[in-house]
Amino acid sequence: MDAPYQPIAKKDFDFAAAQHLLSRAGFGGTPAQVRALVERGPEGAVELLLDFRRGASEESPVDGRPAAGIELRSDIMRQPTPEEREAERRARAMKDEETIARLQAMRQQRERDDRTQLALMQKWWLSRMIETPRPLEEKLALFWHGHFATGYRTIENSWHMAMQNEMFRRRAAGNFEVLVRGIISDPAMLKYLDNDENRRASPNENLARELLELFTLGEGNGYSERDIKEGARALTGRTFRGNEYFFDQQQFDTKPKEIFKRRGAFDGDAFVSMILERPECSQFLASKFYRYFVSDAPTVTRDGKEVVLRMAKQMRESEYDLRPVLRSIFLSRHFYAPENRLAIIKSPVQLIVQTVRSLGTPTREMKSLVDAGDLMGQQLFQPPSVKGWDGGRAWINTATLFVRQNVVVYLVTGRRPQGFDWSASEMAWDASHLIEHLRDQRGELDSRDAVRGLVSFALGGEVSPQRIAQLEDFLRTLDDPNATRVGHASLTDDRIKALLCLVGAMPEYQLC
Amino acid sequence: MHDSPFTRRLFLQRGCALASLAATVPAFIERSAFGVLGNPLLSSNPGVPDERILVVVQLGGGNDGLNTVVPYGDAAYYTARPQIAVRAPGTNASGAQVALELDRDAGLGLHPALVGFKELYDAGNLSVVQGVGYPNPNRSHFMSMDVWHTGRADAKGSGWIGRYFDNVCNGTPIPEGSVAIGRTAPLAMQGDVQKPISFDNPALFRWLGEDLHTAMKSPYDAINRAGSLPGTTADTQRDFLMRTALDAQVASDRILAAVRKDALVRYPDHALARQLRTVGAMIRDGMPTRVYYATMGGFDTHGGQTGTHANLLRQVSESIVAFQSDLKAQGNQDRVLTLVFSEFGRRVKQNGSNGTDHGTAAPVFVVGSKVRPGVIGRHPSLVDLDQGDLKFGIDFRCVYASLLEQWMKAPSEKILRGRFASAGVVRA
Repeated sequence: MDAPYQPIAKKDFDFAAAQHLLSRAGFGGTPAQVRALVERGPEGAVELLLDFRRGASEESPVDGRPAAGIELRSDIMRQPTPEEREAERRARAMKDEETIARLQAMRQQRERDDRTQLALMQKWWLSRMIETPRPLEEKLALFWHGHFATGYRTIENSWHMAMQNEMFRRRAAGNFEVLVRGIISDPAMLKYLDNDENRRASPNENLARELLELFTLGEGNGYSERDIKEGARALTGRTFRGNEYFFDQQQFDTKPKEIFKRRGAFDGDAFVSMILERPECSQFLASKFYRYFVSDAPTVTRDGKEVVLRMAKQMRESEYDLRPVLRSIFLSRHFYAPENRLAIIKSPVQLIVQTVRSLGTPTREMKSLVDAGDLMGQQLFQPPSVKGWDGGRAWINTATLFVRQNVVVYLVTGRRPQGFDWSASEMAWDASHLIEHLRDQRGELDSRDAVRGLVSFALGGEVSPQRIAQLEDFLRTLDDPNATRVGHASLTDDRIKALLCLVGAMPEYQLC
Repeated sequence: MHDSPFTRRLFLQRGCALASLAATVPAFIERSAFGVLGNPLLSSNPGVPDERILVVVQLGGGNDGLNTVVPYGDAAYYTARPQIAVRAPGTNASGAQVALELDRDAGLGLHPALVGFKELYDAGNLSVVQGVGYPNPNRSHFMSMDVWHTGRADAKGSGWIGRYFDNVCNGTPIPEGSVAIGRTAPLAMQGDVQKPISFDNPALFRWLGEDLHTAMKSPYDAINRAGSLPGTTADTQRDFLMRTALDAQVASDRILAAVRKDALVRYPDHALARQLRTVGAMIRDGMPTRVYYATMGGFDTHGGQTGTHANLLRQVSESIVAFQSDLKAQGNQDRVLTLVFSEFGRRVKQNGSNGTDHGTAAPVFVVGSKVRPGVIGRHPSLVDLDQGDLKFGIDFRCVYASLLEQWMKAPSEKILRGRFASAGVVRA
């Protein structure tokens, strides 16, 4: 029974396995980076990815350029001062249209500035994911962003979104209980789910409901409507002042509550502790981890169900410290089983970041990549609802599929989805490093092997023979139509890029 | 010339062959095998009324309803808007905007730029629904637009048109059921299951890698038109992706073919007209699409609005009139209704810079030969206001309910998640 959750043997940790690990626990990497992971063996490789707090050295196989810094303003959407409030009140009382118009214009300007700052943050986060030497940290931050989904459009405060994002990164693989306590003290979330209006005399149940339904237990999973109502009372008074969490003692309902059939004068922290004691909580989080890291197939296999139960058990045993369970998943035989290779549909962010990181293409223009993410259904800091992104098949439809294919063309060639901008070709790059590792001991490169090796690397897994045949047909049409073999000299840089565009257009390229 | 084994012609034969193999039938072919061969297939989607099409035109930014349908009979209108009001019909004032007569008894006129709307109105092809809004109006563009799109006061969840499809298609999305012209698909069309096709320019609804080299098209087609490869386990993510890839190719072929033909009438050269010309082409081509969406922005007229607003309304009017003539020339005029809405109207009082600020209730237009013509609902009072804004008379979901029940023959209560009395915009 334990077998699927047992660690993989060192001998089974080959190039393909290491590539699989790097794409799931991160966003993929170059052939050189994958080879370096293989050399470390499974434990060493997983540790390197998981122990990101120490940072990665210059020689690290998951290294990238240092993450770009960002300067953000914290006061764009600050509340008006009492003096400003008074000035506005007076202008209104005196029907001073000119002052009212001026104040309104200032407010609108601040809102525009704030949207500009959010656009900057979207580009910044995407480039951070592309460049980070600590990919699992960003991958988890993205997971928590979808899990504790908060949308900018509702809260209209980019600094609060940035603070939340920083918390997700700081606590990415820490303790889940600490994270949940953090989220019920987080200004962005408190605003998003109206807890700033959750008052003793008029409780607002929004946060309590989503806390149980979406963040910890799962819909209808081990709680009652009464638990929501009473839990909402436990969360009263949790609000924010300016950019800081604020506990408003006057709005806190001090009377006893009955939650999960227990009575007491519970507050928000006590409520969280009680939730996390429920076994449903570990199972819910384990299932979500499983879908994010192992497989998002609509039906979970028997082994998969067993693994989810083991993950949940391990979470409870570690008191919700997340590193142990992440280590076990990434080492488990089940994680590397054939049915779980190329089994997850890449999110738009994964598609973009993985294409850049594994093929080593230029990043092109960040704004275009953020726009492409939006067209493919994933706008950072703007999940569609508190449920986050559904993921899996919901990413794919006839419209998003073309954008997905075209964004690969853009990254590989610089050719824009909108019109043809050849100036982008200045950002040329050399694709030949992708086949260097396929040379034999004498340094020779058989182009048949090269095609197979290139395609299987770009796809990140086994390629069907039909696909290879289709691509070889293509290369032949470029040479002599009567040639029966792919010629030795034929795999030039241009042709590698053409092949990459075609691989990016394969339905299988949407998998990781 | 080397003959690839995967030419388009061969694909079509393969596509047919696939249709007989239940396990590997791509989702699209399953529903309309003949669609692949170019036969217009109008009776493909069970539960969806075949002949009827809804076109939604969104005016983004908050169209100034009071200067669109002008309450010239109400003195309060002129008090509130001394510089920007539209004059009563028959006013002899050089340089001033003078309304077109709509309803003399009610003292209502149309903005002079809406000449085409006036003709539609006189011909019984225009329904003007007055004072449309919702309780506790939100004056943020985004939030109010989301309220209209979701049909919910909290602006959360799926879109109302998306839910219409989710409701009639039993858990299977209809690949070409809904088409939005624009960069991103509107929330209104996002169902839990149904997702719209959206493109800004139909020429870009395809793979752009084929422009790199003439040799790219053939391997691309081989890869994307094969459906599910032999040996692929049914209903895995891989299988799903391969089927969807084929759906996408079929949809792309179809749309590109549809828009390639010249329109039967001349459209003006505005952004909205170009979008509606594309919609017209797709309707003419017999696409199985039931709902189309077009958008036009720029209605956020905070300052010096008189000329800007006139220009915007002229574009709306000319575009829609051209679209109606196109439908008539095609013989499709009885199949299509067009809804024109904006996320909110504007403040009754003009502001300090000869513009107007965000407001609430506003008129909605429904265009087509099957509308209940005339003015529906009462014009909201200009003196009994809520914080300087009009009080709505008709909930916008009552307009949706009417379109869903009377036009699309769908259960509105389920789709709108509540009972809304039909506003009766469709001719009974």
